[in-house]
Amino acid sequence: MSAVVDTHAPGKDAAHDHGHGGHHGPYGGIMRWITTTNHKDIGTLYLWFSFIMFSVGGTMALVIRAELFTPGLQIVNPDFFNQMTTMHGLIMVFGAIMPVFVGFANWQIPMMIGAPDMAFARLNNWSFWLLPFAATLLVLSFFMPGGAPGVGWTMYSPLTVQMGIGMDFTIFAVHLLGMSSILGSINIITTILNMRAPGMTLMRMPLFVWTWLITAYLLVAAMPVLAGAVTMTLTDRHFGTSFFNAAGGGDPVLYQHIFWFFGHPEVYIIALPGFGVISQVIPAFSRKPLFGYASMVYATSAIAILSFIVWAHHMYTVGMPVTGQLFFMYATILIAVPTGVKVFNWVTTMWKGSLTFETPMLFACGFLFMFTLGGFTGLVLALVPIDIQLHDTYYVVAHFHYVMVAGALFAAFAGIYFWIPKWTGRMYNETLGKIHFWLTMIFFNMIFFVQHFLGMAGMPRRIPDYPLMFETWNRISTIGAFGMGLAQILFFYIVLDTIRNGKPAPQLPWEGADSLEWTHLPTPAPYHTFETQPVIK
Amino acid sequence: MTRERRNRRLFARLALVALGMFGFGYALVPFYYKICEAWGIYSLGETRAANVNTQIDSSRTVTIELDANARNLPWRFRPLVSHVQVHPGELATVEYEVVNTRAEPVTGQAVPSYGPPYAGEYFNKIECFCFRQQTLAPGETRRMPVTFVIDPKLPAGVSTIALSYTFFEVAGRGGKS
Repeated sequence: MSAVVDTHAPGKDAAHDHGHGGHHGPYGGIMRWITTTNHKDIGTLYLWFSFIMFSVGGTMALVIRAELFTPGLQIVNPDFFNQMTTMHGLIMVFGAIMPVFVGFANWQIPMMIGAPDMAFARLNNWSFWLLPFAATLLVLSFFMPGGAPGVGWTMYSPLTVQMGIGMDFTIFAVHLLGMSSILGSINIITTILNMRAPGMTLMRMPLFVWTWLITAYLLVAAMPVLAGAVTMTLTDRHFGTSFFNAAGGGDPVLYQHIFWFFGHPEVYIIALPGFGVISQVIPAFSRKPLFGYASMVYATSAIAILSFIVWAHHMYTVGMPVTGQLFFMYATILIAVPTGVKVFNWVTTMWKGSLTFETPMLFACGFLFMFTLGGFTGLVLALVPIDIQLHDTYYVVAHFHYVMVAGALFAAFAGIYFWIPKWTGRMYNETLGKIHFWLTMIFFNMIFFVQHFLGMAGMPRRIPDYPLMFETWNRISTIGAFGMGLAQILFFYIVLDTIRNGKPAPQLPWEGADSLEWTHLPTPAPYHTFETQPVIK
Repeated sequence: MTRERRNRRLFARLALVALGMFGFGYALVPFYYKICEAWGIYSLGETRAANVNTQIDSSRTVTIELDANARNLPWRFRPLVSHVQVHPGELATVEYEVVNTRAEPVTGQAVPSYGPPYAGEYFNKIECFCFRQQTLAPGETRRMPVTFVIDPKLPAGVSTIALSYTFFEVAGRGGKS
């Protein structure tokens, strides 16, 4: 193990404006969090924010599943049901999954590349503090006349043009979320490109840093397009334009094209940082270096580039020339190639490794298995003739929850269990962690595997009521949903238990972990790290 | 510091990219309409005028002479008009009248012939009494339509087509059964 590097280096570090040394920032209590420019504090804020949003979005999912327990309308009216599906999607995508990975980025990227902090520390603070306001706007929309928008998280026209004032709240929330993501991404790109320690060449960076670099570029390119789309909706609603308003000569299908031009890169914005986490976890618990590092980098870049030319596979049924359908179909199938490269590299990393299965590795293996399944159903949906049958059915719901939950969320859990010793200096309870994994794994499949059957039998999504023949699978799915919800309460307990009562973590809790934060820094990581940058040989 | 300047420059560039992509979202709007136009699938702006059959060749007029015969059949068989004038591609209907003069039911089958004979290839009948055998009760009078379109590919030299029907008695059916 290398020597701990935490020396004072006066005047060396212009990026943060605290005093140096190990003591905390100038404020105590709540002001520490409001005014902090420390990447670790901001990372923590992102992580807790995303957990709160995860709980809110999860509760909405439970309302949806409770209503779908039996046919007929029991608990909520259809209008509120639609608001639930819409807000569940928006909150989970923009409030839970994206911030959790930005939290990882804030905590890990400076430590992994040997930088003292993010490139723009104050901007970093602002990027985070936009989020609570965006979330408040979203939640406030429930209390507006007409309630929250019930248009689906994709916010398709023409419904968005007709919705009540809650829609405007959502539009402004999306603006804030987009601004936060764009600023955060610029910060991350600048940090990675300009702040690396001497000797930390691009091709020596840990893969997590690579995936975030590419993700940040995707965000800078895609989020403004979404901002444009919702701005057009806003001006259609209030300022007399007719981008999507058919009565004024606009075209609702145009919205779908613009939205999915953002929306498909967004899928990889969510997935790629997860890939990065998995690429750190699997080598550590296989005690082998990552197999095919360079091919991983190229595969990630290829996925990112291809993600911009496949958007219309979300809308095969809206009416487009057969040539267009064929183009988007083949381009989509092409993405399976770099994704396959990644999956095979992970498996090959495990091959003949000295494997142990602590909780992070369990989640990584769960990720590998379930994400690949989700990828396969994605291939099924990429095929035009099949997609025309399955479009807007529960098969699609099952597919994207396999990639979003079993992909991104499992990767986030793997990352939290993997790095929580570094963050808190304490070990989590391994037994409880494993129970959390198995409960999540079993109940996740109980919820979503059966939804494949429902979709193939023709059950449409976003419907509060359904024919009697779908009841059995829906009941199983609902029971699974509540089980998975309870399992997350266990996760909350595990995290609190770790922070309060966890056993002190050893300096290197995972013997196979080899990135800078493990080899060059003490556990827990001090408040300020790498004020003098290490030299990587 | 140089690093700070480099950071700022990168920030400015990336912010410009973000701004550019915001504009790109708007650029997708005219792009979308151009693409739709190029594929010929832009139909939103079109006003739907009354359906005009563009296949009618109104520059030509063809005279259809109508003729009717009954071979060894006690039927009085005649067209209601002796001739009609149609444009190629235009849907036209003519009527024939047949009267059974015998005191018992009779079944007949009409067989068409054309003059010039090759005009039959361009004579597309949509509905015709000649498609089926006709059985008439004693003394019955029946009006029967022929609906047809003259194929616009009709050779330019043909300006008159004679359509002639001949009714034959179908042995073993009708009154003789």
